[in-house]
Amino acid sequence: MIRFEQVTKVLGGQKILDDVSLTIQKGEIFTIIGSSGSGKSVTLKHIVRLLTPDHGKVFVDGIEVSSAEGAELERARGLFGYLFQGGALLGWMNVYDNVALPLREKDRLPESEIEKRVIEALTMVGLENDGYKFPNEISGGMQKRAGLARAIIRRPQIILYDEPTSGLDPVTARTIDALIHRLNAELGITTVVVTHDLQGAVLISDRIAMLVKGKFIEPSTPDAFIKTTHPEVRAFLDAQFIPPEGIKKSLLK
Amino acid sequence: MRFTRECLYADCEQVSLVQLILQLFSIVGRGTLLTLEAVMLFPLQLINRRSRKEFFRQAYIVGIKSLPVVTLVGMFIGMVLALQVGLEMRRFNQEYYIGAGVMISSLREMGAFMTGLILSACVGSSMAAQIGTMTVNDEIAALEIMSINPVRYLVAPRLAAMMVMAPLLAFYSCVLSVLGGGIVAKTQLSVPFMTYMRIAVDNADRYDLFVGLLKALIFGILITGVSCLEGLRTTQGAVGVGRATRQAVVASFLMVLVVGYMVTRMFYKL
Repeated sequence: MIRFEQVTKVLGGQKILDDVSLTIQKGEIFTIIGSSGSGKSVTLKHIVRLLTPDHGKVFVDGIEVSSAEGAELERARGLFGYLFQGGALLGWMNVYDNVALPLREKDRLPESEIEKRVIEALTMVGLENDGYKFPNEISGGMQKRAGLARAIIRRPQIILYDEPTSGLDPVTARTIDALIHRLNAELGITTVVVTHDLQGAVLISDRIAMLVKGKFIEPSTPDAFIKTTHPEVRAFLDAQFIPPEGIKKSLLK
Repeated sequence: MRFTRECLYADCEQVSLVQLILQLFSIVGRGTLLTLEAVMLFPLQLINRRSRKEFFRQAYIVGIKSLPVVTLVGMFIGMVLALQVGLEMRRFNQEYYIGAGVMISSLREMGAFMTGLILSACVGSSMAAQIGTMTVNDEIAALEIMSINPVRYLVAPRLAAMMVMAPLLAFYSCVLSVLGGGIVAKTQLSVPFMTYMRIAVDNADRYDLFVGLLKALIFGILITGVSCLEGLRTTQGAVGVGRATRQAVVASFLMVLVVGYMVTRMFYKL
């Protein structure tokens, strides 16, 4: 579904992605972890062509997004939903209008159809009673959930999550994790999560990879990943609590 | 010779004079492309009901919200002009012609010029700050990912509103200037108000009005282009928004001055 072919990106004189090759399968939850500034968000931005590689290619569903223009790029972007770190809601619109925005501006659907789909999306993220509120009137967690409702409103095939749980309390963070897991399980959406929350990554992911010095290390299942002996990954893992296998399911409920 | 840009910041960047000039050309070029793209998207504005609504919202922000400042500035500019010119003319017993001086200078220069400066400070800064904040908060990126063209969605309605409202505000400013001049003529220089107005109206020229309004239109386009461009180029969070706003206002002020002179030179030759 998503393929990086020998991608290199230099920003501010620093090699953020160094000859990266990676394949993300259709329907899987792939999580990229790493310390701050390691290039996790840069990786996501290459997938949606907010950034282009200095060398190499990025393919999404057979489209080379790294060079696509016009209608082809629009078609590729139609496959995506993207949850930004802060939600990226437009401040002068209430939550309802923010979620309805792509349907109004892009799909030009009738208002009755828009209403039906917005309420459906808001219900899915638990904000069905908060549509009239403005972004500055709701908490960070609610902003992220509203951003998620907007990301899924056009029924995308791929959702990219940029730090979905950063800055949230543990309970809200697990709620978001459960939501990501549910969307993937119910709608079969290919999911790429960028986070430094290892606990959440282990809970929801099919595969985890760590980005260190521009390279992806150990793309593997959560169980294999947490048993790694790679020194830099080990140091990252040892600094965080990883939930034992037995309690994973109860945390995601 | 080296210039230091943003020396207050740790990651300050040093640029040479040549680089600075190249950057200026780059900004002018990109600003022109942005403005042209927005102009080409005007037909979509007319077709789409929501875009029309956004145009009226922007027209309200540009026009109605600027009215109090334009009223005060226009009135006082006229009063100052009348007083300064009137005192000199009185020495030659020509103070009755003060209306001509106020009318001609307002139509040709001051109406458009003061409106340009007010719009740079009030509206241009607000555009740069709003779009800049949206850029650093990833809202522009979110629009792009939703395949909503930020130029169509944000720049085009602002540009259209500015192109309509800037000439109207300039005309309004001229009217207020002439009225302000009339008050000073009557109260300070003992020129009857009706005499002042008759001479002022006799000296109102369609050509001067056309040039004045054309200037205001050009200022509106330049201010919107530069402010939106600075907003869209914003990086580095709150510091970046502040920098973009300042650069937008400074660049707009300079362009109002320079382009104002160039247009005057083009239409009034010695």
